[in-house]
Amino acid sequence: MTLQSLDIVRRSATTTPSPRARGAHTGEVAKLIDVSKCIGCKACQVACMEWNDLRDEIGTCSGHYDNPADLSAQSWTLMRFTEYENPDSGHLEWLIRKDGCMHCAHPGCLEACPSPGAIVKYANGIVDFHEEHCIGCGYCITGCPFNIPRISRKDGKAYKCTLCSDRVAVGLEPACVKTCPTGAIVFGSKDDMKQHAAERIEDLKSRGFANAGLYDPAGVGGTHVMYVLHHADQPQLYANLPAQPKIGAMVGLWKGAAKPVALLAMAATILAGFLHYIGIGPNETDERDEEAARRELEKPS
Amino acid sequence: MNASREIVRYTAPTRINHWLVAIGFVLAALSGLALFHPALFWLSHLFGGGPWTRILHPFIGLFMFIVFVLLALKVGRDNRMQAADWTWLRHARDVVANREQDLPEVGRYNAGQKLLYFLIVLCLLVLLLSGLVIWRAYFSLYFSIGLVRLASVLHAIAATVLVCAIIVHIYAAIWVKGSLRAMTRGTVTPGWAWKHHRAWFREVARGAAKPRT
Repeated sequence: MTLQSLDIVRRSATTTPSPRARGAHTGEVAKLIDVSKCIGCKACQVACMEWNDLRDEIGTCSGHYDNPADLSAQSWTLMRFTEYENPDSGHLEWLIRKDGCMHCAHPGCLEACPSPGAIVKYANGIVDFHEEHCIGCGYCITGCPFNIPRISRKDGKAYKCTLCSDRVAVGLEPACVKTCPTGAIVFGSKDDMKQHAAERIEDLKSRGFANAGLYDPAGVGGTHVMYVLHHADQPQLYANLPAQPKIGAMVGLWKGAAKPVALLAMAATILAGFLHYIGIGPNETDERDEEAARRELEKPS
Repeated sequence: MNASREIVRYTAPTRINHWLVAIGFVLAALSGLALFHPALFWLSHLFGGGPWTRILHPFIGLFMFIVFVLLALKVGRDNRMQAADWTWLRHARDVVANREQDLPEVGRYNAGQKLLYFLIVLCLLVLLLSGLVIWRAYFSLYFSIGLVRLASVLHAIAATVLVCAIIVHIYAAIWVKGSLRAMTRGTVTPGWAWKHHRAWFREVARGAAKPRT
């Protein structure tokens, strides 16, 4: 979405400051998804389609409840269903996680993006794609620790959840939050959401979920979409939610040290050639060489 | 110097092949650098903007690889390392200082050119394979994210090494006077061949070495 937001704290492939006269003086925002309250109704998926005017292709049944089967350029959020047999209680648990962009404080997508301004992070913490600057390289997919962005077959641009940045910018909550019938998704300042999560976790612990906890992974600096999990000690139970997500070492090398080192190496090679030419000079063939060659050519063999 | 006594070093097909590789390299390097470093993103304007740069770069790379394979097959036979080449390499200081009289006689290519040949072959293989893995429009979906990340790093490293190698290659043509015309007009003077590639010069003088390439 392009809005003249004036509150951009980071902009992809850009080193100078971006317009940021406006701040987030009421604090950063966060969406809190309480997995324990989710009934898997997919109203959030519908609300997302409706607000963002997205219509994914009608697919085929893949044999499980996930519908569509995966995130796509037209499906920015997706309920992922896991049937988990708890070895301690012997109960079958239906773990339903609303998947989508986590809006990391240190976004791997933004780190990897080579196109100036195609990915921005606002002062309120939302990470947004500006598709008109997107070149379609897919480096955001390579950089994302959560496997979220998808390239559209229609226009070759990358898409993902915007956290309804257009709604939030005018004081509304994201569409999925507005529609959630059980209150499993709530939205507010990050501090308030943490506080609300703490109350929920206390309640879950009192109901026998000793490992209930908040998912706000420090490896990416925390996220602006957080989960309350009944098994916070095993986030991977929830359709492979990464236990310790962080920007991969290879991405760090590729987008970190490699860039200055490579340019320096090229510049140094050119400089070395230049200095060699100035210091030692060209290797020339003179008349004596031609003479020697002529003698050898005329030698009867 | 009688023009008829000039020695043919590269035939027209080889020269054309070489310059196709060179054009491919320059375009691939410029478009690749645009995607690699934000400070060089402006280079994407040369290719019609960011999306066009992203679309064209892999095809330019493929083109370069294919024409390079043709060239590499032509010159490969003369680039095999031999015993004298290792002696030549031990005299690298003399080479850099233009003291060629202390060096062993050189055939069609010297050891530096041969090592450059193998380095370029290696770089282009890595660039091709890693490039296919990170070619998002067609192939990336077949590979795990971990492999795509690794390939991204390898692609950047191989490209950097290749660019540095080609800078050395270009500088060598500026440094050793009389070399450039071998690749533009196809010929060198007998004195040039005698001085820099004496073993090859003698083969040519004996009539043993017809210009194969």
